[in-house]
Amino acid sequence: MNDAIRKTSLRLLLVTLAMFGFGFVMVPIYDVFCDWTGLNGRTADGPIANAQAYEIDSSRLVTVEFIASVNQNLPWEFQPEVVKMQVHPGQVYRTQFYARNLGKQAIVGHAVPSVAPGIAAQHFHKTECFCFTEQRFESGEGRWMPVQFVVDPQLPDKYEVVTLSYTFFDSGKTTTQQPRLEIL
Amino acid sequence: MSTAAAHDAHDHGPASGLSRWIFTTNHKDIGTLYLLFSLLMFFVGGAMAMVIRAELFQPGLQFVNPMFFNTMTTMHALIMIFGAVMPAFVGLANWLIPIMLGAPDMALPRMNNWSFWILPFAFTMLLSTLFMDGGGPAGGWTLYPPLVLQTGDAFPFVIFSIHMMGLSSIMGAINVVVTILNMRAPGMTLMKMPLFVWTWLITAYLLIAVMPVLAGAVTMLLTDKFFGTSFFSAAGGGDPVMFQHIFWFFGHPEVYILILPAFGIVSQIIPTFARKPLFGYSSMVYATASIAFLSFLVWAHHMFTVGMPLAGELFFMYATMLIAVPTGVKVFNWVSTMWKGSMTFETPMLFALGFVFMFTIGGFSGLMLAIAPVDFQYHDTYFVVAHFHYVLVTGAIYAIMAGAYYWLPKWTGNMYNETLGKWHFWLSTIFVNVLFFPQHFLGLAGMPRRIPDYSIQFTEFNVISSLGGFAFGLTQLLFAYIVISTIRGGKKATDQVWEGAEGLEWTLPSPPPYHSFTTAPVIK
Repeated sequence: MNDAIRKTSLRLLLVTLAMFGFGFVMVPIYDVFCDWTGLNGRTADGPIANAQAYEIDSSRLVTVEFIASVNQNLPWEFQPEVVKMQVHPGQVYRTQFYARNLGKQAIVGHAVPSVAPGIAAQHFHKTECFCFTEQRFESGEGRWMPVQFVVDPQLPDKYEVVTLSYTFFDSGKTTTQQPRLEIL
Repeated sequence: MSTAAAHDAHDHGPASGLSRWIFTTNHKDIGTLYLLFSLLMFFVGGAMAMVIRAELFQPGLQFVNPMFFNTMTTMHALIMIFGAVMPAFVGLANWLIPIMLGAPDMALPRMNNWSFWILPFAFTMLLSTLFMDGGGPAGGWTLYPPLVLQTGDAFPFVIFSIHMMGLSSIMGAINVVVTILNMRAPGMTLMKMPLFVWTWLITAYLLIAVMPVLAGAVTMLLTDKFFGTSFFSAAGGGDPVMFQHIFWFFGHPEVYILILPAFGIVSQIIPTFARKPLFGYSSMVYATASIAFLSFLVWAHHMFTVGMPLAGELFFMYATMLIAVPTGVKVFNWVSTMWKGSMTFETPMLFALGFVFMFTIGGFSGLMLAIAPVDFQYHDTYFVVAHFHYVLVTGAIYAIMAGAYYWLPKWTGNMYNETLGKWHFWLSTIFVNVLFFPQHFLGLAGMPRRIPDYSIQFTEFNVISSLGGFAFGLTQLLFAYIVISTIRGGKKATDQVWEGAEGLEWTLPSPPPYHSFTTAPVIK
């Protein structure tokens, strides 16, 4: 094998490895891009600080719909208190979701929120949400979980309906481990 | 293929028996292996298509259960793409690139042997999933999560077989690039290379750029399923739509990988039978490069319905339509090459003309699909199925068959039976249109793809399509017969074979000696 062939081959091998890496780099790029543009219905992972700073636009009404679903055949009951609300942009509202573990084991679950249409997600803020943390339910335990939200008055006028949906996932920690508090 | 007698005392002929094929590092042997493997896979994938068309002959469930039906659609696609079309192109590259460039062999012969011999193992593994618990993969060849993660025991086997196919293609592609950049005969400048070599150079770069991305994507699927990562699982903060982005970042360049070498083949054949040099050689090169470049910017046109903002829909719509410009340049050049040429219509030319005409039909339906607002109607319907079968069957496969007829006399030293070749072309062309043209209507009327049953109003067109399918499938047995009988004997071919053929490969004897161009020819 002469030097020129060796050199070209090694270069191409390097490109191959770089492109394999690029496939994985696309994952953080995708996240950053979605955060940056607010695409994809993703909402912030934590509460926002300046929710009170909005001016309430009482001349406008936006319908907010609530959807609750359970994934992976979890033996759970999960539903919103109300299916829809009429809200004024800028005002903070509170509603709640009810979840109950119908299974025989304790389950740690995590509710993942999504807002549709996707563009509206960046104008929909939660000031308090059960989705920020994992929720543990003993067998048979049920409880109401609050969510507090505000619609940014800058939501473009064409959006009259915003849908907030939660999907409950098993966090994969469904073991028989005892809650730490009891041990303490 | 043939027992090429050593014409020179210094030549080592092929080893005898089976070991010749297993240990061979000869580009001609490996090209032959690739082409025969591709022919075999063409019939395996074709048999699956027959199952699909038999089930769709009538509404209701007749022969197979829905799960198996979906396994058939998934496997048919994987086998035809990775087992039939791509190995056929690599086989043609192996046979032709060295003898078109005046090189003694491929640059990396040992790796060449590996890149072929990985394939039979990859496809044995893929086909073995049909017999596993939970059946083969049934979530479609696009492997979208979360559906694909419900695959049974077959899942890791499917992923590893895709890894192996990817490895094979990447090794093949590196070999092609290294050969073209380093092994050209003196005087063979880049802009003097035959267009088949040019299209393969660009295709090889595409392969090197995107096959690793596919490997990464399927690896993420694997870790999501077995190692608790959540790249695509919303429960852990991932997103299934991201898979579609990564997949189609591979997938769109992949569809050009499946067609650019076909452009190259047709650009070799049309000048020969029009007895005129190719019109607009350099514009052909630039058009190919532009198509390859644009292919990286249009992936999301496969996903118009996932919920993109308007700006995204518009960008991907216009970028996609832009591809029609360099493609139009190519079609224009092929037609202009024929303009006032002294044309004859031997079988390779018939297939090349069939390619130009019917690939353009597929191109037009592609333009219709590129229009984002109407794509919401066409998405995931038989219109899409009709579109990509026009560009892949009457596009890629027709070009491969044209190439097979065109170079078969060179490879074997024997002429094929021209009468049978013409029968093969005309029967194929009639039935392929009976098969796929009605699918446009089905799609426009709203028949979804990948579903084993349908509403009764779709019955008539499905009956027509299935009959065309069975006839097209049977016709391909004629192709296998013609190829095998040409390998075994026939009228001796001259060195030039075709009156209008030009290029280094036609200066060699037919069949070429086992080792050719051991001293490089000088290109004026």
